[in-house]
Amino acid sequence: MLKYIFKRFGRLFLVLFGASFICFYLIVHSGDPLADLRESTDADAEFQMETRAQHLNLMLPWTDQYYMPWYERYWDWLTGVLGCLDPTDNIIGECDWGTTVNGGDVTAQIANAAEVSLRLVLIATLLSIVLGILTGIVSAMRQYSIFDYSMSFVMFLFWSLPLFWAAVIAKEYLAIRYNNWMADPHFNQQTILIVAVALAIAIPLIIGGSARRRIITGVVMFAYTCTVMPFLDHIHFMEEPRLGTGFITVGAVVLAVGFTALIAGMQNTKVLVSGLIVAALGVTAYFATWDMLRAAESYWVPLGLFALTIAVSVAVGRLFGGYAKGQATAVSLLTGILTSAIILLDHYMYSWPGLLSVKPRPVRTIGESSPNLRTDDFWVISLDHLSQLWLPTLVMMLTSLATYTRYTRSSMLEVAQQDYIRTARAKGVTERTVVLKHAFRNAMIPLATIVAFDFAGLVGGAIIVERVFGWNSMGTMFITGLTNVDPAPVMAVIIFTGGIAVIFNFIADILYAVLDPRIRV
Amino acid sequence: MSNEQTPEQTDAELEQQMVDLAEVEDAKLTAGQKSYSQGQLIRRRFFSHVPAMISLVVLTVITVMAFTSVGYGIIPGWWQHPFRLPQGAVLVNGGQPTMFTDGQIFGPHPFGQDSLPRDIFARVMRGTQQSLIIGVVVAFVSSVIGILIGAIAGYFRGKIESVLMTITDFVIVVPLLVIAAILGSTVSNMPFAPFPLAIMLGIVSWTGMARLVRAEVLSLREKEYVAAAIAMGASPWRIIGKHMLPNSIGVIIVNASFTVAAVILLESTLSYLGMGIRPPEVSLGLLVSEGESAINTRPHLFWIPGIFILVITLCVNFVGDGLRDAFDPRQQRKGDRRPGLRQVIGLRGFAMAQRRNEQIGADASSQPTGPHIVPGSNNPRTNQLQFWRKK
Repeated sequence: MLKYIFKRFGRLFLVLFGASFICFYLIVHSGDPLADLRESTDADAEFQMETRAQHLNLMLPWTDQYYMPWYERYWDWLTGVLGCLDPTDNIIGECDWGTTVNGGDVTAQIANAAEVSLRLVLIATLLSIVLGILTGIVSAMRQYSIFDYSMSFVMFLFWSLPLFWAAVIAKEYLAIRYNNWMADPHFNQQTILIVAVALAIAIPLIIGGSARRRIITGVVMFAYTCTVMPFLDHIHFMEEPRLGTGFITVGAVVLAVGFTALIAGMQNTKVLVSGLIVAALGVTAYFATWDMLRAAESYWVPLGLFALTIAVSVAVGRLFGGYAKGQATAVSLLTGILTSAIILLDHYMYSWPGLLSVKPRPVRTIGESSPNLRTDDFWVISLDHLSQLWLPTLVMMLTSLATYTRYTRSSMLEVAQQDYIRTARAKGVTERTVVLKHAFRNAMIPLATIVAFDFAGLVGGAIIVERVFGWNSMGTMFITGLTNVDPAPVMAVIIFTGGIAVIFNFIADILYAVLDPRIRV
Repeated sequence: MSNEQTPEQTDAELEQQMVDLAEVEDAKLTAGQKSYSQGQLIRRRFFSHVPAMISLVVLTVITVMAFTSVGYGIIPGWWQHPFRLPQGAVLVNGGQPTMFTDGQIFGPHPFGQDSLPRDIFARVMRGTQQSLIIGVVVAFVSSVIGILIGAIAGYFRGKIESVLMTITDFVIVVPLLVIAAILGSTVSNMPFAPFPLAIMLGIVSWTGMARLVRAEVLSLREKEYVAAAIAMGASPWRIIGKHMLPNSIGVIIVNASFTVAAVILLESTLSYLGMGIRPPEVSLGLLVSEGESAINTRPHLFWIPGIFILVITLCVNFVGDGLRDAFDPRQQRKGDRRPGLRQVIGLRGFAMAQRRNEQIGADASSQPTGPHIVPGSNNPRTNQLQFWRKK
């Protein structure tokens, strides 16, 4: 199996090499890079052409003609890029991704752009996998219910949505209109009523049950919304949001109990105890680490604490799990991760007034971060990144969310008909175990393949979304490079995204083998 | 039956009797029903798929409207305004849509005008034409290439198969949008738009079809009728053409229809980015990018072309979904009947009880013929994941 995976890994790299060759040829021949200067009436047009030809590596060294053959330009470019694999800079040469038409250094650009784009693509991938799988499972469990029908329709809609159009709509309504509203953020009666009715219809559909139960849920939801929204308005939640100790405590306990009920069942006290211990530790840690987190100056402090959380959760699960070690670890790990997410959210909320004071319109429509933010608070800067990130992520998630939901749903329905599901039921296995362990695990096996294919689509989506939101990243590099017939930045984007796709495939292959023992040939 | 008969004869007779009995039972069961051919079954399933039928009607209306209103090529249409700027055009109603204003249904410019002023209805219709043409041409080109390569790779295996797999890896490594944008900016200045773009997109988007056809051919190779054809000396091309492709027609049609939707989206994206169809030619993506800056002053310039892209792709996708359900009922229906309205809104138990009563009544009136499978929710072959809620 390992041999097969490495063989495939090597082949993908060869394919990447071939792709770079073909793409370079196509880009170079897609137009005339000097077209605008040939028609220019500038006195120094000749000189400009000369400098541009130099930047593009067009110039033949021994004449003043601009027709360096494309394969020699490719060779120059390739040796420059391969230099990046050579840390000593001596064997192959220096790391050099070439220069743009305007003389910009692509090596510096691509490092920055790749970081920004990767953040976007990875977050969108993770979120859509999690949300898509959850929606898919619920849809499959409630096949042919209103929830299933409306979700199928919404997913079809997302699947058919032109991304660039959705991005412009999101920019207009969720950024510009939201910023206008944030100048004086108050809910009026009408908004409260609409939200209450919408929730009163939506929540019972998701929760399900008998008609009576649905009506009760709907009424409770309506009354709840009608009281909470004016209350939030009254305490100025939109300007100074906080979760508070009460919410965090209740949230952590609910998470522990909920995951126990979902994964192991409430009668399993060992699992319940370890989940509750983690919840208690989380609430204690919220107070203990408050000052430390507030004083943070980089992502390393939160990340370190997060790693500590994972370690502690696993240890608690192992120690208190007893005979149900595996389930206890899963429950305490999930509780730990989500509790720390709630704590992080509270910290961000604490910084929200700080962001509003330096940036009254919280979501800018251009750029991946706000320039000249008059603050050096790590939390405010990080919150600024988040406020710029969330709309592009939302738009990019739409398509892949549809893919994952539809895929999970049909895969779950397919698996639910297998003999081993009937066998499991005949053995008297609980329904939770049948769905989560027998059906879900087997339905997820081929998901690895979908992730690999979907990733290429997401990179394409990132190009569009970054263009609409004016991010200074790979999408912009690609599009401006292509319009200027400028191979260096376009090739940099192709090699970077291709390299990441290769790595993703590698991981997917390994996952595949781990999940499905039958594949280990 | 005398005692002299050998045991073998008795067995054969008994078997014959059982076969006769089974045939009689079979005839009894099917007496009340009409039998359908495979094609009829598929057609019936497709026509009973409500979203697909609605989409088919909408799609037909849009197609007919797009091609007759502004005409195509030298054929004139019935709409009075051209999609390019005519001489002496006047701004009516400040460029706002005249649809449903001043008591008129359409008015002179139902979708409004842009700042030049060109008629948006004519431009959107022209853009719709381009999208539909590109969708169909690309689906055709990519299907032909994909079927050919997929069938060859699946039947002959060997070198061709590894070449196909390498090209599939190529698609994983380089996003389709990237390669399409590079090729699109190469061909965007060629004459006879949008055909060069369509053929180019077809050349890069055949891999999905090839993979599916290959998988199908691989499974069909093991079938007995293929072995029989080989034994009778049929040539590989005859086997592929006569036995394999007709048996994988479902996969091919379904995938082609999804390709149409995907390609319409891809083309509008390319045109939006300025790498597909370029002015003075019109495309829906191009119209969206022109209207984007005027989203506050003239929102119709942005919304109408976008909604057209959305509606066309949505309809094509629904038709594709209906076709898939029709060709491969295992994928969607799972032997479950779509429930009525009452089950959907949560009155499942009530409906079940009623159906059970009806069933008992029906059983009492007709003579019982063996074990009866109660249709619908009582059927153990219904959605297995729902089973627990009925216990």
